[in-house]
Amino acid sequence: MIQIQHVSKSFDTLRVLDDVSLEMERGTVTAILGPNASGKSTLIKCLLGLVHPDQGRILIDGEPVLGRWQYRSKIGYMPQIARFPENLTVDELFRMLRDLRGPGTDIDIEVFARYELGEIGGKRLGTLSGGTRQKILAAVAFLFGPQILVLDEPTVGLDPVSATVFKDKVRKERDAGRAIVLSSHLVNEVEEMADRIVYLLDGKPFFVGTTDELKRATSERHVDRALVNLMEQAQESRHGTRR
Amino acid sequence: MEHVGRILKYELHNLVRSKWLIGIAAVLFIVTEALFRFGSDPARAVASLMNIVLIVIPLVSVVIGTVSFYNAREFNELLMAQPVSRTSIFLGKLAGFSAALCGAYLVGVGVPFLFHAAGLREYVGKVGTLLMVGCAFIVIFSAAAFYVATRFEDRIRGLGAALTMWFLLSVVWDGVILLYVHMFRDYPYETGLLALVFINPIDLGRIVVLLQLDISALMGYTGAVFRNVFGAGGILLAAGAMLVYAAVPVVAGLRLFRSRDF
Repeated sequence: MIQIQHVSKSFDTLRVLDDVSLEMERGTVTAILGPNASGKSTLIKCLLGLVHPDQGRILIDGEPVLGRWQYRSKIGYMPQIARFPENLTVDELFRMLRDLRGPGTDIDIEVFARYELGEIGGKRLGTLSGGTRQKILAAVAFLFGPQILVLDEPTVGLDPVSATVFKDKVRKERDAGRAIVLSSHLVNEVEEMADRIVYLLDGKPFFVGTTDELKRATSERHVDRALVNLMEQAQESRHGTRR
Repeated sequence: MEHVGRILKYELHNLVRSKWLIGIAAVLFIVTEALFRFGSDPARAVASLMNIVLIVIPLVSVVIGTVSFYNAREFNELLMAQPVSRTSIFLGKLAGFSAALCGAYLVGVGVPFLFHAAGLREYVGKVGTLLMVGCAFIVIFSAAAFYVATRFEDRIRGLGAALTMWFLLSVVWDGVILLYVHMFRDYPYETGLLALVFINPIDLGRIVVLLQLDISALMGYTGAVFRNVFGAGGILLAAGAMLVYAAVPVVAGLRLFRSRDF
């Protein structure tokens, strides 16, 4: 569904993504992990069109997407930081996003309803707590029933109940054949949701494979252990190359 | 492009409820009302109003434009991840912001003038010119603010750059002009002076309003020069120059916003 082919990106002299090629399939949750400054956010932002890669191409459903905007109707994005225009109400925000998508878009209000966002519809966005704003972002990401979900540290600001609602929804969407891209630092979140792991290190994929493959590669029985093992390996290889 | 209108609409919704916009309209309203009510000579009242507008409107546009664009950064990223082009986002936001600020300005200065308009018939055209020049400033300096806020990642540096730009155009430029006149006083300096004035939108706006006020006689020989230049179709020339000033930061900001990484 998503093909990333030989994508490179440098900021000034720093090479943030170095010839990255990846594929993400329908019905799969792909977790993108890596230490700070490994290129996770840049990769996600390339997918969303927020960052223009220097080289390479990205195909969605076989069509090149770089430099276009129409393809983003297939994507639901949940960013890490929630800030909205302060004086708009919750209802107005949702209306705005629906207006931008245009008429005839299917609406999936499951998350919106379970977070009971309709009840605070008249409140101004500037008065809401961080957790509530995070819930709004989650509802926005799922709202248009997108084929692709891009979730950046999604459950960090959510309370446990809301986080569980969120994870259930992610699983449901995966089973419905959506391609889900998840960026996270939280090992247990990855363990609960991810089917495939992409571990980036210094702008290159250090490990790509399913969670089972990861367990085999690290000879660990649990995903969380395997992830930690992978991170240690990554750290060591990095020190090796530095020396 | 249909998205421009939708973004503009919600940008306006957001801004008309913001405290600073209401505050600006209120302050302009009080100042204008006071000048017309207590000033004995309406010509001087309009001239004072002009001085306030020429300094305050570019300053307010630049500062609030920069700050609000920085504050909207995260939300802009969310918008950019929607199926909307960056061109629509930038133009929609700029149009919404300028329209809201123009609205506050027109209400703040225009409404108190209308209260007194019955006794000030001959000033309608002059205040009208002032209102138009002010709105042109708002568009020019809001676009410049958006450009600066897109250009600099760091908001303190961005705000510093925006303030420096305002300071250069509204204060330092007058010094440059004085220096020029002083240095070339023994030569025919009018053409060069005219060029210097045309380079700076604030000066150009000031001349356009001053010439309307019939106090250009106070400006001596140069006033006469401007009179000649601006008299015959010169206002059109000045309006054209204003359009160019508005187009430059809009186009530059748009290009940068489209090509930038977020």
